[in-house]
Amino acid sequence: MSKGTDQNIQKTVKKLMLIVFAMFGFGFAMVPLYDVFCDITGLNGKTSNVAAQENQDGVDKSRLITVQFISHLSKGIPWKFEPMVKEIKVHPGEMKLVKFYAKNEAAHDIIGQAVPSVSPGRAAIYFQKIECFCFNQQPLKAQEDVEMALQFYVDTELPKEVSTITLSYTLFDITGRIES
Amino acid sequence: MTTDTIHDSHGHDHHDHKMTGIKRWLYTTNHKDIGTLYLWFSFIMLLVGGALAMLIRLELFQPGLQFVEPDFFNQLTTVHGLIMVFGAIMPAFTGFANWMIPMMVGAPDMALPRMNNWSFWILPFAFAILLSSFFMESGAPNFGWTFYAPLSTTFSNGSTAFFVFAVHIMGVSSIMGAINVIVTIMNMRAPGMTYMKMPLFVWTFFITAYLLIAVMPVLAGVVTMVLTDTYFGTSFFDAAGGGDPVMFQHIFWFFGHPEVYIMILPAFGIVSTIIPTFARKKLFGYSSMVYATASIAFLSFIVWAHHMFTTGMPLFGELFFMYCTMLIAVPTGVKVFNWVATMWRGAMTFEIPMLFSLAFVILFTIGGFSGLMLALTPVDFQYHDTYFVVAHFHYVLVTGSLFSIYAGAYYWLPKWTGHMYNDKWSKAHFWCSLISVNILFFPMHFLGLAGMPRRIPDYALQFADFNKWVSIGGFAFGLSQLIFLVVVIKCIRGGKKAEANPWEATEGLEWTVASPAPYHTFETPPKID
Repeated sequence: MSKGTDQNIQKTVKKLMLIVFAMFGFGFAMVPLYDVFCDITGLNGKTSNVAAQENQDGVDKSRLITVQFISHLSKGIPWKFEPMVKEIKVHPGEMKLVKFYAKNEAAHDIIGQAVPSVSPGRAAIYFQKIECFCFNQQPLKAQEDVEMALQFYVDTELPKEVSTITLSYTLFDITGRIES
Repeated sequence: MTTDTIHDSHGHDHHDHKMTGIKRWLYTTNHKDIGTLYLWFSFIMLLVGGALAMLIRLELFQPGLQFVEPDFFNQLTTVHGLIMVFGAIMPAFTGFANWMIPMMVGAPDMALPRMNNWSFWILPFAFAILLSSFFMESGAPNFGWTFYAPLSTTFSNGSTAFFVFAVHIMGVSSIMGAINVIVTIMNMRAPGMTYMKMPLFVWTFFITAYLLIAVMPVLAGVVTMVLTDTYFGTSFFDAAGGGDPVMFQHIFWFFGHPEVYIMILPAFGIVSTIIPTFARKKLFGYSSMVYATASIAFLSFIVWAHHMFTTGMPLFGELFFMYCTMLIAVPTGVKVFNWVATMWRGAMTFEIPMLFSLAFVILFTIGGFSGLMLALTPVDFQYHDTYFVVAHFHYVLVTGSLFSIYAGAYYWLPKWTGHMYNDKWSKAHFWCSLISVNILFFPMHFLGLAGMPRRIPDYALQFADFNKWVSIGGFAFGLSQLIFLVVVIKCIRGGKKAEANPWEATEGLEWTVASPAPYHTFETPPKID
């Protein structure tokens, strides 16, 4: 093999290795990209993790939106966790306060974390939470119970065709995660 | 193209320093030896994966649970899929690439022969790791070859680490193989061998190699995330820590869809080589074949979410991925049209490679059509995760990829061994395979349309009759593959002496050297008009 070919081979190999590493990086870059994409579009039903400002746009009395609350326990968390109101009707822009009840039924302390999800997904970015227990971890001692508050309003910009929003919370046991 | 040099007739004895015994195979840097290793390895893996499939079909022969536990059944389907994809089909094509590409472009060997040795020899270790998990307390991976989170993370049976490291090694092997092919094609073509003069198999594998280096690193990334989620407390796919399990599917299928073209593009290349030879005509539409291959490769990157229509995508997403997927039918249609047009008014003869190629064209097209049906979002909601999907991908992977591998093997066996294959045995192999494969996979379409879900060890009574036929077809197809083993062994041991160009092929530098191909070929590059 001539020296020229050898050099060309080395050059090509280097370029190709660059693609390989770039694509390996791209695989990981998809994680933040996915989050950003979903944040902007609200496609995966995730609501914002930061408290919203109070509503400035006034109340739209012409529409009435049904907001439903449901709760799930993730595998193996021995808590009782449910919304104290299952369903309310709100005007867009109107502020509401609802409460969720949680009780640690185990004989040991557990730290819980509620993760919200909104359906339909495109309503997620219009569901504004001013205060939410999902912003924080919720430690509960054995047999302790608590009422947790959620203060929210529905944005007046909510697309016309959406008349019902379902807010689902899944409660996870993150005790091990916090301790480690 | 033709060559006007009579090359290398001056004997190879003085530089033919082959080692003997096992060392020859362990230390070899010869592309033909490594190609042989790849081909044998993939055939062994085909038999191993096939044995797992036999167990699956045994359990599904009757409704109810007879032979295996549901959890073990899940291990069988998972490892069957992994072995067939990463152990049988992909290494077989890499074997062809190793054997044929240097000869087809008039190069003395692959550009990076030592890396070539390494990329083969790490493969057996990968599959030893994967298969060893069967013998452990926790059992083998049971979360499907697609290893969806949280099945492979939160609910893993403890085999995740074995799975992940096995896939890492397979990925490294594929990437090295792909780099080697690209470097060889870009730098070592004989003078005068321009890109648009390259044989189509070289072209298709060139494009496949680019797909490999683009998506195998993404697979490596996603299995790494699964590993850290399972064992190191990260939460890429765990909602409790802010992750999202649906994101797993996006990243996985961003790899997974180009992967299915990695397993079919080289098949297109092989069939495009064989059909012109036995139709005794030039390939119709050479350049359109090249462009069609490239367009399929490009489109494969923007259709991944058609595997995920039922995850609750917005309408726009569903439409986008549906239309992009249907668009792939256009370049694929160009290819099928070109193959048919090549045969049109050709002086066709029906040797075994041609029979397998014809079966490929017809049966792969059936698989393509069921793929089009699956691409339609509204109906996919019915077909999703049913046996219709199983029927579809087995038509494209077995009667598609595997049949093309057989076609290629029969086509080049005379060149590899120096002998013609046994006519009677090879005909038996073809006809037994053709009939049994359709008994095996065709009824699966109806099972799926009737609602039988995939990946289950038991089913409702109304599916019993079809499943019995499917299982009978499965056993017959499994046994038929042993005939191929007989053919190959007979062909290596002896048989009618093969000419340098036994098919009277008009194209292909490989036919200008003796049969069997000398250990070293084209040390002085051939001249190409």
